[in-house]
Amino acid sequence: MSFPLLTATAAVPAIGAIVTAAVPSARRTAAKWLALLFSLATLLLAGVVGARFDPGGDRYQLTESHAWIADFGVRYELGVDGIGVALIGLTALLIPFIILAGWHDADPYETDSKRWRPTQGFFALILMVEAMVILSFEATDVFLFYVLFEAMLIPMYFLIGGFGDRAAATQPAADAAGGSDEKAAAQRSYAAVKFLLYNLVGGLIMLAAVIGLYVVAGNFSLQEIAAARASGELEMATNTERLLFLGFFFAFAVKAPLWPLHTWLPNAMGEATAPVAVLITAVVDKVGTFAMLRFCLQLFPEASKWATPVILVLALISIVYGALLAVGQRDIKRLVAYASISHFGFIIMGIFAMTSQGQSGATLYMINHGISTAALMLVAGFLISRRGSRLIADFGGVQKVAPVLAGTFLIGSLATLSLPGLAPFVSEFLVLVGTFTRYPVVGIIATFGIVLAALYTLVLYQRTMTGPVKLEVAKMPDLRVRELVVVAPLIALLIFLGVYPKPVTDLVNPAVGHTLSDVQKKDPKPEVEAAK
Amino acid sequence: MSASAVHSLWTTAAPIQKIDAPTIEYAQLLPTLIVIGAAVVGIVVEAFVGRKVRYYAQMFVTVVALVAAFAAVIGLAAGGHASTEAQIAAMGAIAVDGPALFLQGTILLTGLVAVFTFAERRLDPEAHGNRVDSFTAQAGSVPGSDGEKAAVKAGFTTTEVFPLALFAIGGMLVFPAANDLLTLFIALEVFSLPLYLLCALARRKRLMSQEAAVKYFLLGAFSSAFLLFGIALLYGYAGTVSYAGIADVVDGTVQSIDPALADTMGNDALLLVGGAMILMGLLFKVGAVPFHMWTPDVYQGAPTPVTGFMAAATKVAAFGALLRLLYVVLPGLRWDWRPVMWGVAIVTMLIGAIVAITQTDIKRLLAYSSIAHSGFILAGVIAATPDGISSVLFYLGAYSFVTIGAFSVVTLVRDAGGEATHLSKWAGLGRRSPLVAAVFAVFLLAFAGIPLTSGFSGKFAVFKAAAEGGAGALVVIGVISSAIAAFFYIRVIVLMFFSEPKPEGPTVAVPSPLTTTAIGVGVAVTLVLGVAPQYFLDLAGQAGVFVR
Repeated sequence: MSFPLLTATAAVPAIGAIVTAAVPSARRTAAKWLALLFSLATLLLAGVVGARFDPGGDRYQLTESHAWIADFGVRYELGVDGIGVALIGLTALLIPFIILAGWHDADPYETDSKRWRPTQGFFALILMVEAMVILSFEATDVFLFYVLFEAMLIPMYFLIGGFGDRAAATQPAADAAGGSDEKAAAQRSYAAVKFLLYNLVGGLIMLAAVIGLYVVAGNFSLQEIAAARASGELEMATNTERLLFLGFFFAFAVKAPLWPLHTWLPNAMGEATAPVAVLITAVVDKVGTFAMLRFCLQLFPEASKWATPVILVLALISIVYGALLAVGQRDIKRLVAYASISHFGFIIMGIFAMTSQGQSGATLYMINHGISTAALMLVAGFLISRRGSRLIADFGGVQKVAPVLAGTFLIGSLATLSLPGLAPFVSEFLVLVGTFTRYPVVGIIATFGIVLAALYTLVLYQRTMTGPVKLEVAKMPDLRVRELVVVAPLIALLIFLGVYPKPVTDLVNPAVGHTLSDVQKKDPKPEVEAAK
Repeated sequence: MSASAVHSLWTTAAPIQKIDAPTIEYAQLLPTLIVIGAAVVGIVVEAFVGRKVRYYAQMFVTVVALVAAFAAVIGLAAGGHASTEAQIAAMGAIAVDGPALFLQGTILLTGLVAVFTFAERRLDPEAHGNRVDSFTAQAGSVPGSDGEKAAVKAGFTTTEVFPLALFAIGGMLVFPAANDLLTLFIALEVFSLPLYLLCALARRKRLMSQEAAVKYFLLGAFSSAFLLFGIALLYGYAGTVSYAGIADVVDGTVQSIDPALADTMGNDALLLVGGAMILMGLLFKVGAVPFHMWTPDVYQGAPTPVTGFMAAATKVAAFGALLRLLYVVLPGLRWDWRPVMWGVAIVTMLIGAIVAITQTDIKRLLAYSSIAHSGFILAGVIAATPDGISSVLFYLGAYSFVTIGAFSVVTLVRDAGGEATHLSKWAGLGRRSPLVAAVFAVFLLAFAGIPLTSGFSGKFAVFKAAAEGGAGALVVIGVISSAIAAFFYIRVIVLMFFSEPKPEGPTVAVPSPLTTTAIGVGVAVTLVLGVAPQYFLDLAGQAGVFVR
């Protein structure tokens, strides 16, 4: 038997989580370095996965299959396609930066030593989430995927609820002590509970659909079911298929999140520390959009086509609504959260446009959104931790005192608004083109999302970075070495993928072709050619 | 009516026959015999062994008996009695088959773990130099009286709890194996009466404990009366109390009519009313809505180790009896009982989950959670397929260890008044004792059915069986109530981990290895059944066939 590379990619962070958690509480720094090492080892393995993967080869590669729970018809089946490899790469890439950016986020409070902040737990939970997310990108057994999809909520929940910013929520730093501290904790646990309940309800509804799928299909193997569906061996009544599709899609739409199921995201991202917010939006939420591509379209192609108009409308609403609300935010992190909702609208629109450009663009967008949000949010986190406030109004003129910070913040902002030359532009363009060829009206309306994106990002930059220097930010230090190490590679990657996205598109295009043939959709012919 | 007329009635209806001595298959009844025998030995120990060593003697007898009985169950199962050699023993009174042996094994193991928590003597502070357990010094003394103080000072302990627990376990072993209605009723009383007593024996909050016992006794007696009345009606319907005999009459395969019962035999009204009354009696024991009213009060008032024992083992035994009744006696009546059980399952799941949200006491919260779980198990019962049986068996096994573990953790969190069961006192527990809170969080997540815990495997098995059995709507309601239930489990986790500890909050007692074992077993079973349930699913699957 060959080396189980995919299992190893998930096992390394899982072992890392256990090892990190076992470090005695006095050796805090050692735990951090261990966590970083394990995340780098995972990145290395993800690189090996990428190297061993042949984009032109079989649809699922590096497959593993072992008996697990025979009574439920469940096997431990792994396999990756190009989309999976790309997302594993994104996850493995972002986690070291998240760990580095959160280096001091879980240190004990000096002033108030009786408060409980187990540093080891913070890093162990991050690695745990990484392990589950990676394995969920690899799972080709519906049950295995479901288990991971649900189980990853628990460490995520503790990350959101257990660790917040040092400063009180929306209060100025001056009165952060005392009463507002408790208020912040209450808001945080509210956000954590909201996150968990939304996702749990989505997941439980999916559970009903998973059971229904088993009753219809008799096993959980994605490949077997998809093959049986394609060859016509497995017929589903139209209504059954639609109900099952809705059960799955609901869970993914909560996770992604799609309007009107999005309301947990601003709370969760607002209250969590910046690295955890990145973990939510750039890593964990991708499981939702990934699962739409992998499970909804493959298992329920007819129902997917049936639901497309409604989903496109919801995606459009997400794009415009998210962007409009982002314009109105006073809190930096919530602004980024609403911007993310808008971007997830683009991703979902691209997936359900059912064109090759649309889906390639959506996959690429998942990667680029991960990198660009990470860059913007992590810099925003550094900014917030310096001032002790999340309110945009508390900043001003940072450019003059911390030019490097301001510069990186600007590049992150520009990536968020999809400036040509930066990575998100390519994907957004592809999504819009892909959507336009089939649904021109939808494509036109979605374009307004870009205009609004320019508004909220540039206004954010203008209010925080330019203008007269506020008294409180006058002594703000510029980025430290650790922070530069976090931001510089992300920005380099944004520029690189903006100019030369071919490595990623080459990886995902064959997989997108497979998915499209599942739903038996062909790209619409160009009109000029059709006219001939 | 004159005396001679009555006499002639007797003689004509039942001509005197030679009574044969019954044949009893002692080997197949060994588990029950060992436990009941040990209970009798326990009473003798109580009478003749000195006070100082009585505790140890009782512990020894109880643990040895339970382990030996468990070994006997394993022996019977290994001898094929769970599958090919399944048979009916003791003149048709007891079935020795897969479900019976599986449930007996589960009851014995949960009983063993529960006895460990009964024996725990390190949680309460020492009284007058004596280590004390959760049970009152002298049950007969009036709470707060001088007599009670004297009993505490003299270091009395209620070591009767061990033989009482053994009697209860003995009855529970028979309950799911009972193969005629009278044995069913006797088993019910044998395990209920010791439980009523055990409920009244709390050391702290004795008035609440006694109130719980009275409520449990009155409502329990009421439900027993229903059961007995139902038995009488079914006898009138079928002319027999044996399960197979009644099933034959229900199926219409028996044509010979007992002349004394010519008026009633085959009368469907008797069958339906009688069947419904027996169901009521059993649904009372499993705590299904609308027969659940006793659960919160009794769970709250009883000594917590007893609550854990009751919540786990009673449920196992009662669901076993319910399964046998529905699958062996009344399968021919499936189209009548299924709609009723549908209704019961739905309201049980929903009411259990919804009412639990408003609870402020951890024991009451767990009580409502156990009601909701009864609803989930009922969903599997309704499936009416072999998969349904094995899924219920698996769920019961998984659930009982989580329950005992959870209640054991409750015994650890204490303040000056004994256990601190009010939820507000659990605030910040995760910061003060991370390990205890983490363990409790594992149990709560298992209750909530989060993947990778036994709760999820069990729930999945049950819902899968229900969906395959054509009860898809039940599954949808099941997941909705799971979502509601998740809310209050998570609320407790929030309270423990994300709230600031109160300055005058409770302390977490350091238990002896006894309670530690109980909790450790609970965690281990929860995780093993969550990650690798295949072996136990196989076991339950093989055990899923009733003998008739």
